[in-house]
Amino acid sequence: MSLSINDVFKVAQLARLEMTEQAAQTAHVQLLNIFGLIAEMQAVDTSGIEPMSHAQDITQRLREDVITEHNQREIFQAAAPHIKKGLYLVPQVIE
Amino acid sequence: MFKSSLLQLGAALRSKKISSVELTQLYLDRIAEHNSKLNAYITVNEEMSLMQARAADVQLAQSTTHALTGIPIAQKDIFCAKDWRTTCGSKMLSNFIAPYDAHVIEQFNRVGAINLGKTNMDEFAMGSSNETSYFGTVKNPWNLDAVPGGSSGGSAAAVSASLCAAATGTDTGGSIRQPAALCGISGMKPTYGVVSRYGMIAFASSLDQAGPMAHSAEDLALLLNVMAGFDERDSTSLQRETEDYTRDLNKPLIGLRIGLPKEFFAEGLSNDVAQAIEASISEYKKLGASVVDISLPSSRLSIPVYYVLAPAEASSNLSRYDGVRYGYRAPEYTNLADMYQKSRAQGFGEEVKRRIMIGAYVLSHGYYDAYYLQAQKIRRLIAQDFVEAFKQCDVIMGPTTPTTAFNLGEKKDTPVQMYLSDIYTIAVNLAGLPGMSIPAGFGGNGLPIGLQIIGNYFDEARMLNVAHQYQQVTDWHTRTPQYLKV
Repeated sequence: MSLSINDVFKVAQLARLEMTEQAAQTAHVQLLNIFGLIAEMQAVDTSGIEPMSHAQDITQRLREDVITEHNQREIFQAAAPHIKKGLYLVPQVIE
Repeated sequence: MFKSSLLQLGAALRSKKISSVELTQLYLDRIAEHNSKLNAYITVNEEMSLMQARAADVQLAQSTTHALTGIPIAQKDIFCAKDWRTTCGSKMLSNFIAPYDAHVIEQFNRVGAINLGKTNMDEFAMGSSNETSYFGTVKNPWNLDAVPGGSSGGSAAAVSASLCAAATGTDTGGSIRQPAALCGISGMKPTYGVVSRYGMIAFASSLDQAGPMAHSAEDLALLLNVMAGFDERDSTSLQRETEDYTRDLNKPLIGLRIGLPKEFFAEGLSNDVAQAIEASISEYKKLGASVVDISLPSSRLSIPVYYVLAPAEASSNLSRYDGVRYGYRAPEYTNLADMYQKSRAQGFGEEVKRRIMIGAYVLSHGYYDAYYLQAQKIRRLIAQDFVEAFKQCDVIMGPTTPTTAFNLGEKKDTPVQMYLSDIYTIAVNLAGLPGMSIPAGFGGNGLPIGLQIIGNYFDEARMLNVAHQYQQVTDWHTRTPQYLKV
């Protein structure tokens, strides 16, 4: 395991988390400890084992192709930080 | 009244000894008296609870009511409840008013139960001590310097201190069973897929499962009857025949085969917990059960596997919090990317950010096979261990936690130590099996000890039977913290 401080900044950027130098230092130490715990897993021989992604061996249900959702824009937008005329407001992204 | 079972409360309501409004007010008054010490509730809304109670009294005046009509139930603040503030223990959702009901909430509303309030929890259910909540830590009613466990710590403390008749919780790696054990109450995580996850704020979707928390197995059975059921809005909800989980409560246990996994009694288990579990096993032998030694060899890997899979799923689930559609938005930012980064950095707490980062890392290019895929393969080995074990026994028993409740602050800054406190509970979530914890004694420090019972898939009724029979011959589940005399 060779997680560097630069990796910490890279992962924070991937996860869209602003990170100060000091927070990155702390996170680095803690992540190294956690990956030390996880490392025990690496030695296990899993050749030929099918990955298990889900607790039940079931297939996805299909539903009728009918409308089930109705427009509730006003109710849902009541929780939004900034809206205007039914639109969500964000900083300008197109010049 | 505060020590009554749900059946007794229901009988009192139906015989008009007390109205639902009176009962709800009694609990609201008790919350007002004790919650400042315990911090078990994040949100209480007297007006909304009493409005439901008035409606329940109208229902109770008619002949056809449900066993839980008019009974005040505390809801973990992970369940969206329409017009209730629903925070998931996070600053990110500290002002979020849910626009709809979770399936679990709908089910309780349908039978006329009262939503007594929203209980405190670790932020986004990530924690084992309730210390990651944005709304402050919950105190263990048995000792105010000790943690209540987590993540359903508020629900566990509320039941333990009789600040509700019963409560709901969710369990991703032990979050119902561990706090139930540390607070001296009963709690059950059903088989994955039995209770709908619709409207339950997502942490790790392949592991998250809701369940009941209460004083006794009989209460749990009544609650599970309401919570379980197919819901087409959750794609992992299972289509099964409706069950009455109370049906087997009174069956004798003669011939029951109890599997004791040697890995659950190895190094790391404290002496007082080991002794209490051994004493409960002796009690079961008196009830006619026999004991089989079993082994779950891969279970030692459940913590490493869990801390790859759960953070991976969490990093994906929590990407929805972007400060655009709902939730916290930073007050100042320079552009869109900056707004995302600042809103998430300020809105999430340290543990949540840590797990998002672990998840982003194990899913990132070059590491996927080594971590995520490897963890999924070992998950299958862990599940197969249980399949083998259940060929030899009907239920598996062991401790819920290695020790009684640890002190507040003791493990807060050492995440790995905190993670290890879930050593006996996590494998059950990875396999998707039902598990429960019931009170089984007290440690040297006077704090409660939990006995864990693990069943085969869909064997909840049998597990509740096994727990109920034990509670007929022991009184651990009736004990209450001294200073909270009721």
